[in-house]
Amino acid sequence: MSQAATLSQDAPAIVLDRVNKWYGSMHVLRDVSLTVEARERVVVCGPSGSGKSTMIRCINRLETHQEGRIVVDGTELTDDLRALDTIRREVGMVFQSFNLFPHLTVLENCTLAPIWVRKTPKAEAEDQAMDYLRRVKIPEQAKKYPGQLSGGQQQRVAIARALCMKPKIMLFDEPTSALDPEMIKEVLDTMIELAESGMTMVCVTHEMGFARRVADRVVFMDRGEIVESNSPHEMFENPQTDRLKLFLSQILRGH
Amino acid sequence: MSQSAAAAIVAAAPSRDRPPAGVVGPVAWLRANLFNSWWSTAVTLLLGYLIIRWGLSFIAWAVLNATWSVPVNELGQPDATICRTASPAGACWAVLGDKWRFILFGSFPYEQQWRPALCVLLFIGLYVVSGMRRFWRRELLLIWVAALTAIGVLMWGGVLGLDYVPQDQWGGLPITLILATFGLAFAFPLSVLVALGRRSTNLPAVKVICVLYVELIRGVPLISLLFMASVMFPLFMPVGMNPDKLLRAQIAFILFAAAYLAEVVRGGLQALPKGQYEAADALGLSYWQKTGLIILPQALRLVIPPLVNTFIGFFKDTSLVLIIGIFDLLTTGRIASSEPAWQGFANEIYLMLGVIYFVFCFAMSKYSRGLEREFSRARNR
Repeated sequence: MSQAATLSQDAPAIVLDRVNKWYGSMHVLRDVSLTVEARERVVVCGPSGSGKSTMIRCINRLETHQEGRIVVDGTELTDDLRALDTIRREVGMVFQSFNLFPHLTVLENCTLAPIWVRKTPKAEAEDQAMDYLRRVKIPEQAKKYPGQLSGGQQQRVAIARALCMKPKIMLFDEPTSALDPEMIKEVLDTMIELAESGMTMVCVTHEMGFARRVADRVVFMDRGEIVESNSPHEMFENPQTDRLKLFLSQILRGH
Repeated sequence: MSQSAAAAIVAAAPSRDRPPAGVVGPVAWLRANLFNSWWSTAVTLLLGYLIIRWGLSFIAWAVLNATWSVPVNELGQPDATICRTASPAGACWAVLGDKWRFILFGSFPYEQQWRPALCVLLFIGLYVVSGMRRFWRRELLLIWVAALTAIGVLMWGGVLGLDYVPQDQWGGLPITLILATFGLAFAFPLSVLVALGRRSTNLPAVKVICVLYVELIRGVPLISLLFMASVMFPLFMPVGMNPDKLLRAQIAFILFAAAYLAEVVRGGLQALPKGQYEAADALGLSYWQKTGLIILPQALRLVIPPLVNTFIGFFKDTSLVLIIGIFDLLTTGRIASSEPAWQGFANEIYLMLGVIYFVFCFAMSKYSRGLEREFSRARNR
């Protein structure tokens, strides 16, 4: 995909600086610091409840952090709504449960935000949406409703929908966890293609094959903190901590 | 199994695209639903007997023994003696022939009653047009404004060469339709705002106001609100600034209906998965874009049945304005039935009123089911 990242090359795309978050008295993010460079692909893994989804959801403020700084594409996330609008326009997100809009057709799902947020003329938005639907290989489903599609197809539509906003950064929150095994591959293939086009990506996933193939860096989280951060090769061949070793043995046994 | 029987099964096999006879068809339906055991047979027979007996005596009363017209006495008054002395007793439809215009249009000047009649037709036209999806565009709002203005002109007059008719002479069906239409047309948008306000997380003051509003209004009977609007409210207003009685009742009605509808709408908002809100947020939609394009279209579809239920309830609740002296359809019917010349024929009048209410309510219910079917077909879940 020719999604040329238009992030300035020297400034990092995402900076998390000692981010803390609590749910009531539960400390879910502990001093999380992470820098993602432009065009970098970062895979975040960790056991369930490790805070990896919470962290990625803080990046476009679906969750608010309570301490520390988050800077996305040079804009700091604060209570300022205008800054938030700017960031959400530049950051696409794909969810575990797809979250397509069931009352709109596939095409309308893809054109809604460009038309209303980016003020793209309708015809242009539709052309562009068809372009992205072709790239995720389901242009023939454009007139259907999400409920008529398989899980894998829905998730590919969700990726196309996010791409239609021409984001600089893409966030993936366990995009294959809700899929039947035979559909995981079609979604991963789409993500690999996207990664190879140079998109800046942060993916929460347990697909270690995907991590090995496209990630520049793998981040391992446990109990709300980043425990290890390394290249995929180092990460899998040479884990430093017992927690990572335990985690790897558990997910490898599962595969 | 004998060989020929087996051969017969094989021979029959290719045509098994239909279940065997005796599983479908009217006889099978009767057997499965009405006569599937000895006690269901007994219940069927008993109820069947009662229905037929009651039906026959109703037909005898309403048609066979009915009186369709009565003579006029020397004072020009209808004389219903033949109805009263008829044996066996039958309906006296002459009362409707004599009073139908009063029931439908109240004490609106007799020669001018084409005006409220036209209003009723305008209302019905407005409902039909609003019900058709191809008119669901911005222009529909203009159609509403135009139709309601025309209705106002027709009822009040005073312009375009129409005689002025004060509001206390209006009555009957137009009053019911005015109360119901204006009531629901204003209450529905208000209820959506209240429901949204009640779910607001970052505007706590708005939330408190919405909760208070809903709980206060829901906590009192509609009758007491109508009394307050008609008796107490004028006491607080400066002299000379007193909106008319119908308008005050209308406002009380809107406030009451909106509180109920708001809870229905809130139910729909709560039924939507959180992911829908998050996906809209993540795409950068503003609050109102998210609400108008993603949340409400889905939430309102979910609550069509309870919404229409409430609509129908309020259509009939308009008849409560009777207690503050506004002459809606039910009130004019009551007055007609208490007229000395026609005393004792309330059944006939109430039957007519029942038919009118039923037609409107049944149309609403039928339409809502069509709408539900259409939406679920589109969604195909």
